[in-house]
Formats: sequence, structure tokens, C-alpha cells
Amino acid sequence: MALKLPMYLDHAATTPCDPRVVEAMLPYFTKVFGNPGSRNHEFGWAAEEGVDTSRGHVAELLGADPKEIVFTSGSTEGNNLAIKGAAYMYEKAPAGAGKPRGHIVTCAIEHKAVLDPCKRLQKEGFEVTFLEPGPDGIVTAEMVQAALRDDTILVTIMWANNEIGTVNEVPRIGALCHERGAVFHTDATQWAGKMPVDVEKDQVDLLSMSGHKIYGPKGVGALYVRRRKPRVRLQALVDGGGQERGFRSGTLNVTGIVGLGKAAQIARAEMDADAQRLLALRRRLESAVTGKLGSTQVNGHAEKRLPHITNISFGFVEGESLMMAVKEIACSSGSACTSASLEPSYVLKTLGVGDELAHSSLRLSLGRWTTREEVDYAAERIVESVQKLRSLSPLYDMHNEGIDLSKVVWGQH
Amino acid sequence: MAYGPKIIEHYEHPRNVGNFGTQAQVKARKDVGVGLVGAPECGDVMQLQIKVDPSTGRIEDARFKTFGCGSAIASSSLATEWLKGRTVDQAMDIKNTDIVQELQLPPVKIHCSVLAEDAIHAAISDYRAKNGLPTRQPADAKTEQAP
Repeated sequence: MALKLPMYLDHAATTPCDPRVVEAMLPYFTKVFGNPGSRNHEFGWAAEEGVDTSRGHVAELLGADPKEIVFTSGSTEGNNLAIKGAAYMYEKAPAGAGKPRGHIVTCAIEHKAVLDPCKRLQKEGFEVTFLEPGPDGIVTAEMVQAALRDDTILVTIMWANNEIGTVNEVPRIGALCHERGAVFHTDATQWAGKMPVDVEKDQVDLLSMSGHKIYGPKGVGALYVRRRKPRVRLQALVDGGGQERGFRSGTLNVTGIVGLGKAAQIARAEMDADAQRLLALRRRLESAVTGKLGSTQVNGHAEKRLPHITNISFGFVEGESLMMAVKEIACSSGSACTSASLEPSYVLKTLGVGDELAHSSLRLSLGRWTTREEVDYAAERIVESVQKLRSLSPLYDMHNEGIDLSKVVWGQH
Repeated sequence: MAYGPKIIEHYEHPRNVGNFGTQAQVKARKDVGVGLVGAPECGDVMQLQIKVDPSTGRIEDARFKTFGCGSAIASSSLATEWLKGRTVDQAMDIKNTDIVQELQLPPVKIHCSVLAEDAIHAAISDYRAKNGLPTRQPADAKTEQAP
């Protein structure tokens, strides 16, 4: 079978909708178009039934009760609602009282949709600790433990990192939070639907996820909000009709929710097989690339990682030119250097990847329909491109001549 | 980054890639001038080498190696083409704006052309210093008349 180019290896950014998801959604645009809030006619009831079914599928995926699922527009909203909603609800002192409002623990390599709400809360008088993981990228329970204080009200640590795919110690961090009486939120955007979740066993209080990362539609997601042991309360950010038990007002996105539900149902059924297949493909890709190139590293912990994401750094090659060279492979770049053209990756910088000079990195993320042929082709193209750019790179020559690049006095530019 | 065809052409088929020896070898060669400019942490390092015929002062050959974006590679590739055949004095007249114009560099990439000009000047200064020749500043007034 001929390869179709460009090929898509950016599934951590978004995924195509599964055709089964689209099929499930279609009737809800035209036939079952009612507002689930319309309690007094067939149209409303039919729509509500679709939403309820979906809520059940999402709850099953997470090991939760359907009543604990709040539909959102995606993880950004879920993270905002969880973090700000919990902070405002559990604050130790109100704004303007001149007293500390409470302490929050998060991590420096979270997604911006977690970091920025935390930074806003910091401006509003909350204190925030940004944990910095080591080179393996893992946030451990010990790191969280060391940061916890008597006034810690919320801990928000992502389940798996979106850039490097590393997996944090969620169950242990959850247990710790429950011991200490802090609310535990996890941004599970990259994890949920790919790997098993059991909110009871994993001791999660709040969990955000998105539809479009799990072969569902964009613009819809879910926030799990624990109802028992402990019952977690949130201050709503959007007020109005009181939908979603008052957590999130606004007419429900019925088509999107139905799509999310279907995607969750499929994810649960196919998770194990998908994960196993993708892990084999990812390893194949990594060994093909690192086996043929020196001065190359896979970033983050070697084992504690998602099956489908890899982030590889290449020495002596600049990021934008590498992206240009592999332009038929759709992936993300995380340049660790302060290039004029590429935003440096704060994740890789935190891990210390940028400390060594002249690195560039590619994040490749595989998906449900990624084939072995695609992975082999991508590996070949990447190896060729890096070799070509190294043949142009004065830094690679200097490295091969035994010159220590960190000791060279570079000009100011 | 949407690049024009000339940048893509130079990026895909860079001219005169290479050098006239290792760092240690070219340092010892009086007929070779080396310009190494930029910094890895800025995302651009250009190395330009010129080989000069001492009897005529003419640049016989030029080579480059660049760590950087597509525009940086194209700018230095173009610079080597323009350097060949010029005298060292004439080479000083190559302006970054000429490179911008020729390659149709987008505004955010003008620094690549500046770096290429810096590399040319550095290579010439190195050649002059090795041969005990006086340094000459680029004749700004003259090049403005003849772009």
C-alpha cells in the first residue's frame, strides 16, 4: 500500500474523529435536536437520553458515577473550573482580607491550561508552588509531600505530560492529598481514554479530559468531580441556567457530548489492544532513529511513559530547519534553544535538555490508525534529514574534532 | 514559515557546503580566512571560509557550514556564491540588504542576512590579520550608489 503524505504523527495535538463517533453524532444535528433542558416534551427528553447515555460511557471510562461527570468544552475549561473553582471554594481567607488565601501545588511542566489559571490565582493572592521534576520528567509523591503545607488547599498534577509523555505518580499523590486533606486535581487529557483510570483506586478528586484527544470531536470534554469521600465542591465560573448541577451553566453541546460518549465507549473497549500496538510501534520508531544517529536522546523517563508519545532530541541540528526537512511528517517541534523562530519548550528547559547547546527536538505521537509502514518511513526520513543537516552544521564538525562547544566563546548576535 | 522559492532552493540544494580543513588546519593556513559567527543558544551559527589567491587578492573558492534555520542556510549558501571571484576588497561591499532582496527574506529573518554579512567580514578580517594586511571598513557611501 502506498503511503499517504503528509502523514499525521501529531496525535497528542489532536486526533481525527473515529467514523463510528461521527455516525453516532449525526442524528443529533437534525433529528434529535432538542434542548435537554426542555423537560416538558419529547424533543427535550430524546436529547436528554442521548446525554445520559454519554454520561454513562464517560463515567465507565473513569470508574466514576455518572452524577460525577460535568460536561465542558474541553480540558482547558475543565482545568480552569477545577483549579479556580476549588481555590475559590476552599480559600482560607477571602480576597482583599489581606491574609494569605491558601496554597496550591502544581508543577512547572504542566500544560498552559493549568499553569495560567494557577498564575492568575497567584496574582489574586493565593500562593503557588511550581514543582520542578528532574531530567526524567516525573513528578513523584515525595516531591509533592515536600511541598505540602498546612494551608495547602489544592494539588494539581497532570497524569501524563503532553510533550514528553511521562507519567506522574498519580495514585500515590492522590493518597497523599487525601491523607492531608487537600483536593487533588489531575489534567488527564493525554492519559484518559488511552490508559486505564479508576478514580477510586487512583484517589483522584477532580479529573479533566478532552474529546478530541480520544478520537471524539473538538469543543467537548468532561470534568470528573468527586461526590463521596470527600465530596468536592467547586465555585462555578459560568453562571446561568444551572445546567450540569450548577457547575457549568449553558445549553449542553448535545452533538459533542454524544460524540464524546461514543469515543469514550470505543476507547474503553479498544484501549488494551491500542496501547499494546502503539507501544510496539513507538519502540520501533525510537530504536530506528536513535540506533542510526549518535548524539540523540529520547527525553523523559525510559519506562514510565505513555505508549504513543515520544520526544527525541537531536544534537547539532536547529529546530526550524529540521521541521522544514521533515515537512511531510506532521509532528511537533520542541526546540530547546532560544531560536528566533521557534518558541523554546519550557518543558524541555525545565528538564535541563536545553542546558546542552544546540539541541532540537521532535515530538512524534502515534494514533489508532498509524501503521508500521508509516513509522518506518518517518524514522527513515528523520534519520536522513538529521544526517543532511549535520553535514551542514559547523557545530557537528567541531564536536567531531573534539572541540567542547560549551567552552567556545561565541559572539553576541 | 512560508518561504519563497529562492530560500527553499538554497535550503534544498545548498551551494559550496564544506570547509578547507579542520578548525586547527584552517587556522594554520594563511590563504584561508575563517568567519565563525552567531551562537548556538541563539539558534544560528555560521561558518564561512574563503580561499584567497595571494598574488591577486581574489577569492578563488568559498565554503560554508551553518547551524540554523532555512533562511540562515540559504543566506550563507548565497554568500559563498557571491564571494567567489571577487577580490577581498570587493567582498566587503556585499550588503545584508542585497541578500534580503535576492532571497526575498521575510522581515523576521533579516537577522540571518545580517549574520551572513558578519560572517563575510569576519572571514576577511581573519584573512587580513593572518597576512598582516590593514583592515578596511566597508565603504558605505560607495555601496549606496551601486547596490
